[in-house]
Amino acid sequence: MSTHSAAVDHVDGATTKAFVTVWFALLFMTGVEVVLAYMQPPVLVFLTALVGLSVIKAALIIAYFMHLRFEKLSLFLTLFPMLILCIILMLLIFMPDSNRLMMMRPR
Amino acid sequence: MSESNSAATMSSVWSGGRSPYAVNSKKFGMWLFIVSDALTFSAMLMAYTYVRLSTPNWPTPFHFFPSIIFSTVMTFCLLSSSLTMVMGVHAMNHGRRKAAVGWILGTMAGGAAFVVLHLTEWLNLIRNEHVTPFSNEWGVPLFGGTFFALTGLHMTHVVIGLIYLGIIAFAVGRGKFKAEDVEVSGLYWHFVDLVWMFIFPLVYLMSAKI
Repeated sequence: MSTHSAAVDHVDGATTKAFVTVWFALLFMTGVEVVLAYMQPPVLVFLTALVGLSVIKAALIIAYFMHLRFEKLSLFLTLFPMLILCIILMLLIFMPDSNRLMMMRPR
Repeated sequence: MSESNSAATMSSVWSGGRSPYAVNSKKFGMWLFIVSDALTFSAMLMAYTYVRLSTPNWPTPFHFFPSIIFSTVMTFCLLSSSLTMVMGVHAMNHGRRKAAVGWILGTMAGGAAFVVLHLTEWLNLIRNEHVTPFSNEWGVPLFGGTFFALTGLHMTHVVIGLIYLGIIAFAVGRGKFKAEDVEVSGLYWHFVDLVWMFIFPLVYLMSAKI
């Protein structure tokens, strides 16, 4: 198989229809976020919804637009578990302390 | 090793001999850069969240109009530019150079619109809300410091991306560069889009003033 046809086969799993569908899904989730901001729900609900939607949007961008879904699993396993671990470590260091400072606020 | 064992090894996740990830070195290098840059933005977002949680009177200067509407349109521009970029990569993978250049130029238009809108939003914040990187009316200078650092670093990435894509479009139009070069530039552009998917809700929407 030539290099060119291999490249074509490589992206054939990702079709124009899939890209447009993902784009619509991303726009829809952005719309939901803006509507939530307008409705002003309780902070904890709002923050959870925003972070949840953002993670889903990021996953869609990485999987389809950045083609990671069509790459070899070893690439994903090399890059992402350690990235997620580092972010969790940062969360473990920063969040309890910021929470402590919040609790120390004068009421 | 028997033939069947050898076949099993070659089809396993970590097989591949000299190319265990089955990607070229440019693409792998860009992925490593993206991961390191993702950690930079993660740290900055956490620093922003940290000071926000620990500051009692955190400002909420983003009125629904113009700030939230503007930032929503900016998000639309970036998301649409990601779609045009992926279409450009798709066209280049199928050997359609002219179409790829058109899609990349469309991507640059989306990115340029984002930068113009963002600068307009910054000016609105500076002139009307009197927020600067060092002071504001609420007496919380850390708000301006973290806001401008975070969004400024992101906008710098967008501007660098525009220059990068301009070079790629020019070269592809002249018959130079391969599909993999366009794909690597696409990875960078999608990452810039991805980072905004966290900055927009956590910085703008969480500080919206309705």
